[in-house]
Amino acid sequence: AEALVGQVVLPGDLLLLPAHYDEDAEGERLRLSAGAAPQGRLLCGPGLRRSGAGLLVTKCGLLRHRPAGGGAYWVDSKQKRYVPVKGDHVIGIVTAKAGDVFRLDVGGSEPASLSYLAFEGATKRNRPNVQVGDLVYGQFVVANKDMEPEMVCIDSSGKSSGMGIIGQDGFLFKVSLGLIRKLLAPKCEIIQELSQLYPFELVLGMNGRIWVKAKTVQQTLIIVNILEACEYMTAEQRKQALAKLSGN
Amino acid sequence: PGDTSVLAGLYGPAEAKVSKELPDRAALEVLLRPKVGLPGVLERSREQLLRQTCEAVVLGMLHPRTAITLVLQVLSDAGSLLSCCLNAACMALLDAGLPLAALFCGVTCALQPDGTILLDPTARQEQEARAIFTFAIASSERKVLMTNTKGSCSVEEMQQCLAAAQCAANTIFQFYRDSVRRRYSK
Repeated sequence: AEALVGQVVLPGDLLLLPAHYDEDAEGERLRLSAGAAPQGRLLCGPGLRRSGAGLLVTKCGLLRHRPAGGGAYWVDSKQKRYVPVKGDHVIGIVTAKAGDVFRLDVGGSEPASLSYLAFEGATKRNRPNVQVGDLVYGQFVVANKDMEPEMVCIDSSGKSSGMGIIGQDGFLFKVSLGLIRKLLAPKCEIIQELSQLYPFELVLGMNGRIWVKAKTVQQTLIIVNILEACEYMTAEQRKQALAKLSGN
Repeated sequence: PGDTSVLAGLYGPAEAKVSKELPDRAALEVLLRPKVGLPGVLERSREQLLRQTCEAVVLGMLHPRTAITLVLQVLSDAGSLLSCCLNAACMALLDAGLPLAALFCGVTCALQPDGTILLDPTARQEQEARAIFTFAIASSERKVLMTNTKGSCSVEEMQQCLAAAQCAANTIFQFYRDSVRRRYSK
């Protein structure tokens, strides 16, 4: 499996773990594995499933490895459809108010539910001011394949830490999930370069949705176009585009 | 070869209607639209073949009570249409990021009256042939997922066609790998 890290893998590929290299050769009693078996548990991330002696690839993409902890393998894929995962921060659109619960569209197969008490400082008397069509930034507490996903806008200590209703104006658009993960990486170049262009507010949802607000509508649209194009542009093309814009 | 083209669009996993949802797996639906005219019985039978092939590879257990819809539009037909649809369906599943247990590809094999085997026949060669086979072959150990036969022949001839198709499948899987590599190289 180590030889394929950083390469494209397709569904159906079976990856052998280092601990099992000696099971691969038939009829040989000598130990073949030169590398040490990973200590502790090996984590099998998105795009991989355990099957017998190794990991079965289920999505196409680049294979990644993180040696920290017991070691973790996963597949980076560029899909657009979001599947809710517990702990993900997402942007949802309120579609309905049903009693004490709001229904949010998060781009998955089902609408997620958000209780009105799940905001910072909300009590039964002090309800949050949420209307149909508002944007909400929250995280999933329950998200598995069998149940309806549930969201909250407070973290485990009861503070909102940036979550909640997103203000007026601004522009919401959708990109692929791979681009979001790239933008969320620490010290992302794209965000640093854009911040030198204009000041703006940015909310990134793991469901592929981005909300941008800059001082004027024109600046907002320029940032939106650059972020959408970043998916297909290389770093040099992006620097050229930004240089042209800042020169104007 | 090269003139048959099919456009494939995949939507899902999305919300399913209560009447259509399955409690333990995803409900897969295939819609095949011909180039001209309304879909008829032939399109319906092809849709079912494609649906059962896709259900064998898609890990539907991961998305219960959802619907996955695959829409195929025939842009031009110059022979070997069913295997073109199979290849388009597989690429759509791959591109959308749905969890798959293996890849599959479609290969058409025509058995001519004099006994020679012809892969990916044109419409003209299909009409002259004694028997036409379409095989859906999986990438794991080249197992056969689906077979569609038109015409008659002996069992040995069918085995020979199958062997030829399995070799051709390698070329198609290499093409999948190269396309994906190109996509992720940016």
